[in-house]
Amino acid sequence: MNYDLILGILNIVLISTTPLVFAGIGELVTEKSGVLNLGLEGLMLVGAVSGFISLVITGNYFYSFILSILSGAILSSIFAFFVLRLLTNQIATGLALTIFGIGLSAMLGKKFAGTPINGLSPYYLIIFSFILVFLINYILYKTKAGLIIRAVGENHHSAYALGYDVIKTRYLTIIFGGVMCSLAGFYISVCYAPMWQEGMTAGRGWIALALVVFATWKPWRLLVGAYIFGGVAIMQMNLQAFGVKLPGQFFNMMPYLATLMVLVFISSNKVRLKLNAPSSLTIPFIKD
Amino acid sequence: MIKIQKRNSSSSLIFYLSPIVAILLTLFFGSLIFLFLDLSPIESFKIFFIGPISNWYGLSELLVKASPLALIALGLSYCFKNNIYNIGAEGQLTMGALFGGGVGLFFYDSNSIFLLPTMILFGSIGGAFWASIPAILKTNFNTNEILSSLMLTYIALLILDYFVVGPWKDPTGYGLPKSRPFSDAGRLPVLVDGFRAHIGVYFTIIIAALSYFIFNKTLFGFKLRVTGFSSRASKYAGFRNDNLIIYTFLISGACAGLAGIFEVSGPIGQLYRDISPNYGFTAIIVAFLGRLNPIGIIISSLLIALTYLGAEDAQLFLKIPSAVGFVFQGLVLFFLLGADFLNKYRVLLK
Repeated sequence: MNYDLILGILNIVLISTTPLVFAGIGELVTEKSGVLNLGLEGLMLVGAVSGFISLVITGNYFYSFILSILSGAILSSIFAFFVLRLLTNQIATGLALTIFGIGLSAMLGKKFAGTPINGLSPYYLIIFSFILVFLINYILYKTKAGLIIRAVGENHHSAYALGYDVIKTRYLTIIFGGVMCSLAGFYISVCYAPMWQEGMTAGRGWIALALVVFATWKPWRLLVGAYIFGGVAIMQMNLQAFGVKLPGQFFNMMPYLATLMVLVFISSNKVRLKLNAPSSLTIPFIKD
Repeated sequence: MIKIQKRNSSSSLIFYLSPIVAILLTLFFGSLIFLFLDLSPIESFKIFFIGPISNWYGLSELLVKASPLALIALGLSYCFKNNIYNIGAEGQLTMGALFGGGVGLFFYDSNSIFLLPTMILFGSIGGAFWASIPAILKTNFNTNEILSSLMLTYIALLILDYFVVGPWKDPTGYGLPKSRPFSDAGRLPVLVDGFRAHIGVYFTIIIAALSYFIFNKTLFGFKLRVTGFSSRASKYAGFRNDNLIIYTFLISGACAGLAGIFEVSGPIGQLYRDISPNYGFTAIIVAFLGRLNPIGIIISSLLIALTYLGAEDAQLFLKIPSAVGFVFQGLVLFFLLGADFLNKYRVLLK
């Protein structure tokens, strides 16, 4: 194994992990405010297809970027309206969003599958992803906005009694999460691939969801976790180069297994659970 | 000014009406989508919803798809009634197919009449086993079952992938990621010669009837309802919530496992990667649309099965991707959940 190979692999890990960081950090903020959005995969796909289509039509990266994140904002605000105003079950609504998004993206993108485009260099967004994690960590733990988000996620009744607008906070965090998912999708279809193919996010939304739990809802751990998950996935493809004989499926299983173990570890102790997971996760807020 | 007021008691009329409202809204939005795609909504709906079931073969295919959906949804209804969110039915189905299918592959040259019953037994054990993991994690470690059952789904899919690519690959299969076919004794009998609908349908109907009885006439069903309504009340009543969690998970896993082994020993006949077109997740829609009621689930499974068939025909005749079926499934679930708001709250205009 030579130096170039290692550098090459590191570069691939960097390029392929970034969508996980975007989708993961968005979901982290949403969950911090006490809402579980299982619609990541659908949001990413719609973000990917709308970014791709608008790039093909306008030929302008900026419009494509804007339209992509707009799609995430619109879809996630529909999700927010359902879970916050209509008080629907978050799990079922999130699944509906994923199923709908898979279908919608496939329909919209049908005519554009296989259309060649000039991809945008991924490095702008890669650098942005690191800045973003830093910013989110700062906002969540050092600013008043972050305090409100965490308070709403911990105990929405206390937060409401303190005068914080629970519904508005959650609207904003859900939309932020949606925008980040569509940004992940934009990155995949415009920078990473660059092309459109039905279902091209290939389960990354679910891995990002696992990632948030694996990181025990902490931004820096999320970044590290994303690179571990991303690294394992790339290693799996280069097993021969590393001389590993283990079947590839076991590598692909690692993110899920590791997340399951972290989940069991943090939940087995009430204090530890309280320190890590947002207490109001999935519980609807009803004023009474 | 719009005012929202909580209802004191939920209206059963609205409860059973909201699925119909959801379906009508889905059809309305569906026709907008068809218009957007420059297709005539009426012609498209004909192809989507009527074409697939306008002949005997289509009706049989409807049963092929509806049977696993209903079976899984029936199992899920036990969990959901108990307010346990098992969303890992897809993984439990996969494990059922793997356990039952494993038996079938081990005795691939057997022609014993006991082969199929053993496969079915192991299929349900496999599903129940996989469901027991989130159940035990929940009762012993307080682990969130939504996340654990979801993680286990992806683990199960990768285990199946490992077996069909590796140890169980058909040695005469030109290296394709498929197992060898099961022997004839390991195949599920069909209802009528020449059609694919199989005797799994009988199991589904029996389990639906049994569930109807359990939900309405037994202490277990009563406990489920009480615990789902208020876990504190059920503790006061002296019900063991932990046991209920384990039982509902096991029932739900066994049903999903049965659906899995019926798929592979029925229409498929061997093991490979994509044995289920998302049945485990779609069954969640079926369970909600059917109001967690066995009769409702049977009806909604037929309807959702139709979206699968309609989507295939739409791809063939309208040249739109079969994923359009997912659009309809997603929409119907959205509208159903939304319509339930009217069941819990009254909207007053002042």
